[in-house]
Amino acid sequence: MNDAVDYYIEGDPVADTKAPAGPIDKKWSERQFTARLVNPSNRRKMTVIIVGTGLAGGAGAASLGEAGYNVLNFCYQDSPRRAHSIAAQGGINAAKNYRNDNDSVYRLFYDTVKGGDYRARETNVHRLAEVSANIIDQCVAQGVPFAREYGGLLDNRSFGGVQVQRTFYARGQTGQQLLIGAYQALERQVAAGTVKMHTRHEMLELIVADGRARGIVTRNMVNGKIETWYADAVVLATGGYGNLFFLSTNAMGCNVTANWRAHRKGAYFANPCYTQIHPTCIPVHGDTQSKLTLMSESLRNDGRIWVPKKAEDCDKDPRQIAEEDRDYYLERIYPAFGNLVPRDIASRQAKNMCDEGRGVGPAVTEVGQDGVERQVRRGVYLDFADAISRLGKDGVAARYGNLFDMYLQITGEDPYELPMRIYPAVHYTMGGLWVDYDLQSSIPGLYVAGEANFSDHGANRLGASALMQGLADGYFVLPNTVNDYLADAPFEKIDDSHPAAQEALASVKGRIDKLLSIKGTRTVDSYHKELGQIMWEYCGMERTAEGLKKAIGLIRDLKAEYWENVLVTGVNEDFNQSLERAGRVADFFELGELMCIDALHRRESCGGHFRAESQTEDGEALRHDDEFLYVAAWEFGSGGKPVLHKESLIYESIELKQRSYK
Amino acid sequence: MNITLRIWRQPNAEAQGRMVTYQVADVSPDMSFLEMLDMLNEDLTVKGEEPVAFDHDCREGICGMCGVVINGVAHGPSVTTTCQLHMRSFSDGAVIDVEPWRAEPFPVIKDLVVDRTAFDRIIQAGGYISAPTGTAPDAHAAPIAKKNADRAFDAATCIGCGACVAACPNGSAMLFTSAKIVHLAMLPQGQPERHLRVKGMIAQHEAEGFGNCTNIGECAAVCPKQIPLDVISQMNRDLISSLFKRDGK
Amino acid sequence: MAVTGLILVGFLLMHMYGNLKMFMGEEAFNHYAEWLKGDILYPLVPSGWFIWIFRVFLLAAVVLHMWSAIYLWHRSAKARGSKYQHVTRKVQTYSARTMRWGGIILALFIIFHILQFTTKTVPLGYDLEQTQHSPYLMFLGAFSSPLVWVIYAVCMIAVCMHVRHGFWSAFTTLGANLSKKAERVLNGLAYFVAILLYVGFMLPPTFVFLHLAPFGG
Repeated sequence: MNDAVDYYIEGDPVADTKAPAGPIDKKWSERQFTARLVNPSNRRKMTVIIVGTGLAGGAGAASLGEAGYNVLNFCYQDSPRRAHSIAAQGGINAAKNYRNDNDSVYRLFYDTVKGGDYRARETNVHRLAEVSANIIDQCVAQGVPFAREYGGLLDNRSFGGVQVQRTFYARGQTGQQLLIGAYQALERQVAAGTVKMHTRHEMLELIVADGRARGIVTRNMVNGKIETWYADAVVLATGGYGNLFFLSTNAMGCNVTANWRAHRKGAYFANPCYTQIHPTCIPVHGDTQSKLTLMSESLRNDGRIWVPKKAEDCDKDPRQIAEEDRDYYLERIYPAFGNLVPRDIASRQAKNMCDEGRGVGPAVTEVGQDGVERQVRRGVYLDFADAISRLGKDGVAARYGNLFDMYLQITGEDPYELPMRIYPAVHYTMGGLWVDYDLQSSIPGLYVAGEANFSDHGANRLGASALMQGLADGYFVLPNTVNDYLADAPFEKIDDSHPAAQEALASVKGRIDKLLSIKGTRTVDSYHKELGQIMWEYCGMERTAEGLKKAIGLIRDLKAEYWENVLVTGVNEDFNQSLERAGRVADFFELGELMCIDALHRRESCGGHFRAESQTEDGEALRHDDEFLYVAAWEFGSGGKPVLHKESLIYESIELKQRSYK
Repeated sequence: MNITLRIWRQPNAEAQGRMVTYQVADVSPDMSFLEMLDMLNEDLTVKGEEPVAFDHDCREGICGMCGVVINGVAHGPSVTTTCQLHMRSFSDGAVIDVEPWRAEPFPVIKDLVVDRTAFDRIIQAGGYISAPTGTAPDAHAAPIAKKNADRAFDAATCIGCGACVAACPNGSAMLFTSAKIVHLAMLPQGQPERHLRVKGMIAQHEAEGFGNCTNIGECAAVCPKQIPLDVISQMNRDLISSLFKRDGK
Repeated sequence: MAVTGLILVGFLLMHMYGNLKMFMGEEAFNHYAEWLKGDILYPLVPSGWFIWIFRVFLLAAVVLHMWSAIYLWHRSAKARGSKYQHVTRKVQTYSARTMRWGGIILALFIIFHILQFTTKTVPLGYDLEQTQHSPYLMFLGAFSSPLVWVIYAVCMIAVCMHVRHGFWSAFTTLGANLSKKAERVLNGLAYFVAILLYVGFMLPPTFVFLHLAPFGG
């Protein structure tokens, strides 16, 4: 039975029309050939707005500027170099086969589709694998200091559970180095005058005129000025929406507002329920926690995960707990894989242990599914005592020294002495705005790149793939597809007198005025935290129909209360961080509801989406390819109910298999 | 823990600022410094007062957006970013002075928030390698000795937070500028523009109104990424040799 | 700044070396002083010109040094902007902190020094008549005075502190500090040169002041 039918309307199917027919490895070159071109001398007559300056936005702005278009680039931070791509640690995959270990474009393509639990679009993923090698070349040419061996050539490591060594890295700061590379390329274009950079500007509305995305409305975060910007095409490279959960590994400013405003203007939002929850993060220390920090997954190679067998041992010094009183639960439940089970399983079991009352570390206040407030310890031990006795302290330090230092800095506990405490945290969102092969959304002229779109990772993202996708979209895809649309440009000039602009401006001003005028009693953050708790509880690592329906009710109630009782200080015409957050949280409410509806309607488990009702006897995720082999592209429902457009996933090059780790 | 804060409050760039005292109670030693400020702000908001404005984003020490001067030291007592400073570094009852980065090229926007776009303009003046998208040779075409690659990396870890400027008695941004120059100068790809870059970036550094380096070392002492002071000397060497090169211009 | 600074450090070392000739007796010292004003580089330059060329050169170095310092000082003051309410320095050495005010004290000291021994406008501690033909006697006279000895002992601390930071800083500015090791070596050298200068300059006056051999006893 479909529990969700009351919550949405089913619309017509949707399909990608841009990927050409033919063999999968010829599609991208074929598309590059068939895409219409814009004469270099005409490009300077065309304007492209790019929102976001991360790997996708920064690389896209630099490349389109270099191609000769007028680019207007926006970010909410004080500099384009701050975008959260900078925080990625592990590395970036590329099918270079430098290690001579059977890697190939096809294998990277295959691993990515399989890792995504067969919920990604084949054509887009294959192109990603194809351009992956060019990305490394491009970045090296820009001076990105990848790790090298003594022979002077690039080093590789294996990452994210794949069996080949294809990950390029720059110590634990790969994201930073790649982003700085893109940032420098971007600043070169700013200096050349092709890109106009607008920092501390937040996009609050999309202007869709005569059926085309033609501009945006921004708020200048320094003085509150509401401005319109017009262009022939708009690119959103605005990242993921993991911050909906309040606590996540995202930056504090990450938000969904640009994407959500576009969604309300007609862009479909695809697979919003696919969120990746990473098992090895530093746990929550208390109610005032503002964000979670990821510890590299590689720690599970040598650390053993356990909790006490008895709940009364949970506040003891772990060193005082006898071996027979410890429950190495992953080794117990999954004897074959032990501590190296996939991310989703490791995460879910940690949650189960803590739900049973056997978590460790400081207790945090939570409101359970029964509505009762209680104190729960959210953490499990990741113990290196065995590794230290086997490898010696120096041996462990050589492998994990920087991670141990980081842990010590944040928790004040020395992991050489005490076991680390870890807990899963929201890390990445595979869902995003729906795009076709050209990365164009369902609104003509609106392109979406990077984590902001849904296209490449299906229901789960493999390690070291996010950086690859961001740069692929920015450097190589957009500059070869946007031109097909701009071949019809420049479009008729519009200005603030256009009804679409008037409407967008009025909507922005109306919302700001409303938020400032409520003057209630609760702070924005308190609502955000409560929303995050609801989402984490009901739409987190494990989802049930009953829980999701409850969550939808709770979110609706909380949203209604928010618009009655939120307290936003200050005025618009000022640097006002409280107002910035208020607008973002307002959009998170709406997205949260859609996420729950999407999760409710997908009565299967796949990748990061685990429905308790759909599991094998061993507790593994159980897909239902017969019913759910599609992308759920949601249209904003003006009548209150979202409209579901299904895009069937057609697997021509890869055979569908049930994921198995036995 | 109970903490007394004296925070620089300044409504906008033009207004006069002053130190205002606040009490924050029930601070946990496990909180980060910014979480403690969050707590203060929640409290101020409920009381209907204006919360303290401060910049922050990733809160994991890598984006470079946060940064305040704590008891006279940029990023505070431990050598890390403000977001990675935890309250266990302070004792119960501590009085903590919190001020914005102060330098003429970093005007205060509000309270603890400053404008650091001067850094972007220094990068625009040459802090890049001109490698148009799609023209790159194979990544293995030019091997790079590991020690050069490592030195390039050490310099490239700069997060552009501006602590070096905040700490410098001369208000100089030489550590920031030279970190980028050294990063690119250590690589073969960076050679064609090497002399042009150093001249361009230093001229922009001057034009932004930063002070000059007198080799005091405060910058490197507060740098959360521990960029060594010697990058400045290496840049000077490049600058001196660039004075004898025409570099095609 | 760095180049002129190093020129001046070089001059100080030379000056110190010359002063140590005091220990070789009146004749040697006076001869040295005479030689300085005499035929150096003769016949390339006319007799007696060298000292003036040298003086002009030194003066230019000093003026350029001061001009750079004032320019830097002005730039720094402007760049620093508003003042911190609370300042803590983590690594700045006392000598680095006192470069500017110390430099001013130095300038005044140099003026005094020239007035005392070169132009002899302020013949402090010695008799103008009696020492007219013997710089050696002038030296003996001057440093027998406790006041003069104290002035020099104190001012030379300022000079050497200035050299301590200046020497390291000059080499760094000229691109010699390329590693942590170089930083240690340069700082070590700077301490060495500063201490050497202090000891070298203060030895003759102290021996004179305390009437130690060969100046008394």
